This record gives sequence, C-alpha cells and structure tokens, in this order.
Amino acid sequence: MVDKTQLVVIGGGPGGYVAAFRAADLGLDVTLVDLDENPGGVCLYRGCIPSKALLHVAKLLNETKEAAEWGVNFGEPEIDLDKLRAFKDRVVAKMTGGLGQLSKARKVTYIRGRARFTGPQAVSIELHEGGTQELAFDHAIVATGSRPIMLPAFDIGSDRIMDSTGALELADIPQRMLVVGGGIIGLELGQVYAALGTQVSVVEMTDGLIPPGDRDLVRILQKRLQNQFEQIRLETKVVGIAEDGDRLKVTMVPAADGDEIVEHYDRVLLSIGRRPNSEDLGLENTKVQIDERGFVQADVQRRTAQPTIFAIGDVIGSALAHTASHEGIVASEVISGKRAAFEPNAIPSVVYTDPELAWCGLTEAEAKEQGIKVQIASFPWGASGRATTLDRNDGVTKLVVDPETERILGVGIAGPGAGELIAEGVLAVEMAALVSDVAMSIHPHPTLSETVMEAAEAYHGLSPHINAPKRK
Amino acid sequence: MAAEFKLPDLGENIEKGEVISVLVNLGDQLAEDQPVVELETDKAVIEVPSSVSGTIVAIHVSQGDTINVGQAILEIEGAATPAASTPAPAAAPEAPPDAAATTGSQDVTLPELGEGIDSGDVVGIMVSIGDQVEEEQGLLEIEIDKGVVELPAPAAGKVTALHLKEGDRATVGQLMATLEVAVVDSAAAEPAAAQSSSPAAAATPAPAATSSATAAQATAAQATASAPPSPIAAADVPARKLVPAAPSVRRLAREIGVDVGTVKGNGPGGRISEADVKGHSKQLHETRFAGGTSVPAITLPDFSKWGEIDAEPFSNVRRITAQRMVQSWTSIPHVTQFDQADVTDLEVFRKSHGKAVEKAGGKLTPTALILKVVAAALVKFPQFCASIDMAGEQVIYKKYRHIGIAVDTKRGLLVPVLRDVDQKTVTQLSIELGQMAEKTRTGRVGIDEMQGGCFTISNLGGIGGTAFTPIINAPEVAILGVARSKTEAVHIDGQFQPRMIMPLSLSYDHRVIDGADGARFLRFICECLENPFYLAFEG
Repeated sequence: MVDKTQLVVIGGGPGGYVAAFRAADLGLDVTLVDLDENPGGVCLYRGCIPSKALLHVAKLLNETKEAAEWGVNFGEPEIDLDKLRAFKDRVVAKMTGGLGQLSKARKVTYIRGRARFTGPQAVSIELHEGGTQELAFDHAIVATGSRPIMLPAFDIGSDRIMDSTGALELADIPQRMLVVGGGIIGLELGQVYAALGTQVSVVEMTDGLIPPGDRDLVRILQKRLQNQFEQIRLETKVVGIAEDGDRLKVTMVPAADGDEIVEHYDRVLLSIGRRPNSEDLGLENTKVQIDERGFVQADVQRRTAQPTIFAIGDVIGSALAHTASHEGIVASEVISGKRAAFEPNAIPSVVYTDPELAWCGLTEAEAKEQGIKVQIASFPWGASGRATTLDRNDGVTKLVVDPETERILGVGIAGPGAGELIAEGVLAVEMAALVSDVAMSIHPHPTLSETVMEAAEAYHGLSPHINAPKRK
Repeated sequence: MAAEFKLPDLGENIEKGEVISVLVNLGDQLAEDQPVVELETDKAVIEVPSSVSGTIVAIHVSQGDTINVGQAILEIEGAATPAASTPAPAAAPEAPPDAAATTGSQDVTLPELGEGIDSGDVVGIMVSIGDQVEEEQGLLEIEIDKGVVELPAPAAGKVTALHLKEGDRATVGQLMATLEVAVVDSAAAEPAAAQSSSPAAAATPAPAATSSATAAQATAAQATASAPPSPIAAADVPARKLVPAAPSVRRLAREIGVDVGTVKGNGPGGRISEADVKGHSKQLHETRFAGGTSVPAITLPDFSKWGEIDAEPFSNVRRITAQRMVQSWTSIPHVTQFDQADVTDLEVFRKSHGKAVEKAGGKLTPTALILKVVAAALVKFPQFCASIDMAGEQVIYKKYRHIGIAVDTKRGLLVPVLRDVDQKTVTQLSIELGQMAEKTRTGRVGIDEMQGGCFTISNLGGIGGTAFTPIINAPEVAILGVARSKTEAVHIDGQFQPRMIMPLSLSYDHRVIDGADGARFLRFICECLENPFYLAFEG
C-alpha cells in the first residue's frame, strides 16, 4: 500500500531535521527518513558533536601542561580510552535521543531506511527492519549530506587508513599519525590525537593550511600547531601509501624539489574533502539536475529543476551544518507558501582548533579577489586584558570595513573562543552595522568580546589600548 | 470543502491595512500567489497574494474597509490543499517501471508575458470544453499592454475546463484552463533526465499532484516555450552585493515584491529600513498607477444625481494610454509648432502614381509620403531621433529610423511601428503601412511590433480639423500631427491661385530640441512635401 505525506525529508542531519521540524511547526504533515536510529546525521553522530567533545578534552589536556607555568603541576595525565570514548558516545546518544523525542513531540513520522525517488512525487523506502515502503508526497527535501572522499590510490583495504568517521571512533592512540589534508577536519582531529599523545604530522597539497581562511588568522593557528605537531608539510603531495608490517609506508613528493620523502606512520587520517551523497537516490527518475561534481542544483529558494523537490545542505555544496539548517528553514517555509529565500549576508565559518579561527561575511582575501575596496581595522589580543589573564595573547580580532560608508562587511577572529565571538560579527554584518555602532555599544569588561568593540574603535584610531595612527 | 483566506502576517508591526481595491470577483478561480486585494498599510501599498486556490464563494471585504491581520478576506470552495491531491498516476510507485502513456490533468496558467506585464484581459476564447487541442494551439486570446497574445496549449490534450470568460482580467500565474493530457513516465521517456539539458515539453509528467503554485511554475515555463526552470547552483551564484538591510527588512521586501537591492537606504551608511522599503513600494505603486505624478486624482461627484449614467471599466489599452499620456504631459515640456505645406503638386503626383503602387499591392496615401519625408528629416535632424536620459544626464541618439503611426481602433489608440523607414521606397512603405494598419485594426498586432519607435505620426486629416497639439509618445521626443488638407487661395506671382494646403503640427520636447530647430525641422518637411525633388538634394 502507498502512504501519503505532504512533505518527505530525506536525510536527518542538521539540514533535514531542522527542515522537518520547521515544516511540522508550520502545520505540514512531515515524514523524515534517515539511516540512523534517530535524527542527527553526520553532524551529531560522526562529525561536529563528537569531535567537539574530544576537542574539549584535548583543550583540557593542553591546559594541564600549560598550568605548570602558572605554578600548578598535574603530572602526566592517565588516559582511560574506553571511558573517554564512552563520554563521547554519551554526548552523541544524548543529543540524538533528544532529537528523536523532539521529532515525536512534533508528530513527525520518522522512518529508518533509505529512500529512493521513483518519480517526481513518490519514493520507495528500503526499511532498516526489512521490506520496503512506498510513499507518495507533495514535496520532498533532499538533505542527504556528504561523505569523506577516499581516493582509489589510497583505498588499499588497510584499517590503519581512516577517514574522519574512523578517527572519531578512537580505536587507539597511535604513536605516529599522518593527517593528509590541512583543512578544518584534519587539523581539528590532528589536534585531538596530538593532545592524547600521538606524534601528528600534516601534509597539505596547497601552500597553506585552511585555504579559505585569511592568512593572518591562519598564521596564528599555524604557529601553535608547529609546537604541537611533529611536522607540517605544505605544497607536498602524497603519492603512495602501502602497508609495511603493522605500519603504513607513506611516500610524499614536495612540489619544490620533487624528491620523494618516505615516512612510516601507525595511522593515516585522510581528510581531503567530502563528496555529495547524490547517487543511489533515484534522482534519475526526476528532473533534478546534478552537476559534474555530483552536487544537486537548487535555486535561491532551494528548489530543484523538479518543482516538487527541494535540496539543501552538503548535497548542494553548502558544506556547513548551520547553513544547511537555515536552508532547511527556507525550503520548508517556501513549501508552506511563504516568500522566503536563502539570502544571508554573513555565513559564519569556525575552525574549532586551539586557537579557534572564525570569520563571517566578506573576508579580506575575498575583498581583494573581487576588487572590493575595504579598510581593515584590527585589534591584537596582546592588548586584551582578558586574553592576558588566560595567558593567551595569540589572537586577533579584525573588521573588514567599507571605507565609503564605514559599514562592517566582514569579521575575522583568531583566538580561544573565536567561534563564540563571531556571533556578534554575524549580527553586525546582517544588521548592516557601522563601525561606530559597534564602537558605541558597551561590551563587558574584562571579556574577549571587548576585542570586537576595540577593533571598531581602532578603525578611527581611537582604541584606548592600542596606539594606532588616527584616521582622517 | 470551503476554506477561508485570512489576511496573513505582513511583517513586523503591520497589524491592519485599508483595502484600496479588491482584485478578484465572486466565482473567480483563485490561484495560489494570485493577488487578492490591494492593501495600504502604514505607508506602503502592497498586493496581498493568496495562499490558497479554489473557487471564490464569498468575499468579506470591500474597498475602503480596514482589515486586521487574521481577518477573513475570502471564502474558497474546492480549496486545493495539498493533502487532497493524489499523485500523478505515472509517478505512483505501483506503475510498472516501463510505464507507458496514460492520462493526467494539466493546468494551464497565464505565463510571464514580459517585463512589467502582470495581467491581461481575456478578449477571446478560441476553444471549447471537450475540444481536442494540439501542442502550441492557441487556447485564449489575452490583451496585454497594447497587444493581443495567444495563450498556447503546453501539450496536446483535451480541454476539460476553462476558468475564465471573455472580459475577465487574468493575472500572471492565474489558472486559465485545464487539459487532459497524455502522461509519459519521466523515467521511461527520459532515462537521462537528470543530465538532459533540454527536457521535451511534451513528455513532461502531469503536475497533477503538485500544489498549484508549482504547477503554475512548471506550466508557465512550458507555455511560453522558453527554457525549463533552470535553478542556479548555490555555488554558481555570483558574488552578491551585500545589501545594507537587516534580515527582517530583506524578508519584508521579498514579501511585498520589492527587490531590496533597488531600494535606497536612508539610514546611516545607506542602511535600508522598513520605512525605506515601504516608501519604495509606495513610489513604485504611484509610478505604476498614476503615471508618475503625485497629483491627487480628481474627486468625482455622483454623476447619477443629474441623470442616467453608465460606467465601463478601463480596458488595458485605455488604462495604459491614460498612464502614458499623463506621464508624457506632466514630465515633458511640450512646444507645438504649426506650419503648412502646399501639397498641390504632390497630390497630382500621388494620383498619377497611385495605380502603379496599387498594382504592387499597396495604397499610395499621403501618410506613406509623409513617412518617407519624416525619415529624411530624422536623418538630417538627429536630435528628433533621440531620447533623453535625465538620470544619466545624456541624450541617446538612435541610428535607425523606426516610425510609429497612430492607428484608431475599436480598442483604442494603438501605435504600430514601421522599421527602417529611411531605407524603404515609398511603394514598400505603402504596402507595409496598409498591412500594418489592417493588422492593428483587427487586433493582431504584436507587442514587439509596437515597440522601438523613434518618432510618431498622427494623421487625423481623414477626419478633419485645422490643427491640433499632439502629445509626444515618450520616450520619443517629437510627434507630427497632420490635419485635413484643403484648397485655399494662395497669392502667387501677383495673383491668387487655388492650392492644396496641408496643415502640420509638430510637438517637440523642449528639453532637447530648441525652438529654432523645431521650426527648421517642420519647414524642411514642408519643403520636401512641396517639392519632392528637394528630398534628393537635401534628404
């Protein structure tokens, strides 16, 4: 028999479940389909949430070492890996279980299984418990996310080669580990393992870590990583990985001289990007269009070429949980008849390393690339009281400002807690705040948030704590 | 099943509004997103779009009412709530994988008809319920702007319903007709649909189960035989200007149909406030409905106090003519120059050559000759073949001589345009002019045939008159009025002679044309008409 739903959301990650919940709140009859027991997706099960639990532990471990400088000695930490893993699993279970309850409370029908389109208004769901269920719908939202890229050359069947999912399972604390790819995921997990005692190296093909971040921010992180990691190789390509006894033999070639480097590691973490989950969805039975890289094509309202089907999140290339959530809201509002569109002025990006990096709106690099004339106002954390009390003066807060209107177009922050601080930047950019608006808003003392206000004051050369040249 | 459509939330702090006009009638087939009422809230005038579709069985508000958010505006019967619909047969899971053609119903909605055109009047119904129609066959005739277009069938099928009658006003997106069409499973017909860049319109699955909003989108694209909806990948969107407006203000703009990027912000750093968006909307509205003037409309007395009256709603042509005339009259400083041409010899020539032209399929009228002369004058005096761009502080000169001819039709004044008049012979022009006038009078002239003119000729000589002051057809800068020629006694070489005199009236835009040039231009036309050889020397 064929069931009928007004909206089916395929994929229960932060895009899908937020879309489903919003649609339910707006009065639609909603079905949410996902492979896992509860909503949550990669973010909650195998991404943002478990990695943050581990990064919290890593930060604590690092601070116990730094405390020696402040006259407090903890001695060598003892790590009970099973218990640590259990903590992480508990966090995941609590969050995903909570979503399951929220889903029920909203009367969203949750189906565990894999949905495939059989036409523009019908899916067939391969149920987790066996059998299939046919479901007709008025609208669908594809929120199937993405998965780590595995290169065929490295797919040698070794369980010592991990992706982010494997790394989060925390099977052991390897002695020596190589992170392939110096992006956000690789550096976050690299720092977790380094804090647990692994000698971590990073190899990155391009000339810098965290390619989309402004260099002045990345440099602050890189400086700290250089002390924590065994080695950071830039402009170096991994050309081969082979099993060698119970270790991995990795061959790398630096672009500079082309001489092969051979190193042995206990584990390799591949974090070279993610690819969209757009296959095996039956999209060929619809008019939905997919580009050559596998991304589903959707318009500003997140509608695909098949007017009944919407798509959001990683599967269309949005690549951030909070972007996916916002797109989910837009899609559900559009489906509910509202005139909504995805048109943010500021999408925050956060690297949850220590120090954290965060930026939103226009970056300095983008301004340069697009030929937009901007003025940068920055406040180094060396002049921040709160940063000094933390013994962490290695930060900076900067504003990307339109010199014509003095409007804040973007904000970039490096330093502990940057991910929390950037929220003020998002609000400033979205509200089209001027530097004077932020400068004239009282910020609590002593906090790191003052650095945002002082950067705004510094735009006119009026920060009390730095002696910057006065602007005419 | 009856449903109520209530005044939706219109944005922060808007609790009520005054009904300026009700845009729908009892019994209308209402489509989702179709404007229902025009509402003046606070400062902005907005159209409130419907969120439901169905037949209107009750209208609870009327012009002048103040209504609150949540107050019922309409009652709808047969409301197509999504739950009531059923999946398209071919798309249903039970269908065999190689599903062959079956039938489904397809809604035909009024497609986008061009920039700034959001509605039209139904002036003809070309099919009847039960008719079998071919793809692209005309279903209805819609009068828009100053032309009539046919609404073609998006696919072959049987007409099962016509939702409008002659004289009804149709809005873009409105449900016009319903067809029973053959449906082919997209999976069977288009195995590579996802990759296909040009999906065949005929093989489109019926959007029977889609909400009418999506059906409208799908069929609009097909009906205009344009490209299928081509969504833009998020990644491919070019770097968008960061509009200095808060998210709530951007949403308000979207809801009331204002492109927030075009709004001028009056806040610090050009920040756009809610008031700026509303002000912009109000301005747009005034420009659209009052022809750019803020002069309040004349208050009418109750004419029936003094006798019997009859009221006839504006046709599209009448409304647009009214708007444009007000716009031209109030924004262009007009000067009208009068002169007269002795066309005695020209008339002799016209009569003697009339047969030859007739043989070629045309009629040698004075207008055809005037056309040729005006084209020569436009070459010689390029400032008459120009437009003025006040915003850009420049004059735009056109290197082509396309000339409009005012034609009196049953539907009102229409101005079809003859192209490249300077490059055509008088015979060619005579033929074209006759065809164009016929086409215009019978209502078959296309909108594109009434666009692109550089200058307009209005010949009222056939009716009478000694002179008149024509209004410039903006954005042109001049218009030539021709009144009735008559035989007059003219003093030549010491004696009065009977001569045929043609009175001419030239109105020009004094911002770009000086008085002396106006006089010279008209004199040149008179001289060419008096002595056609002059054209060969001067034209």
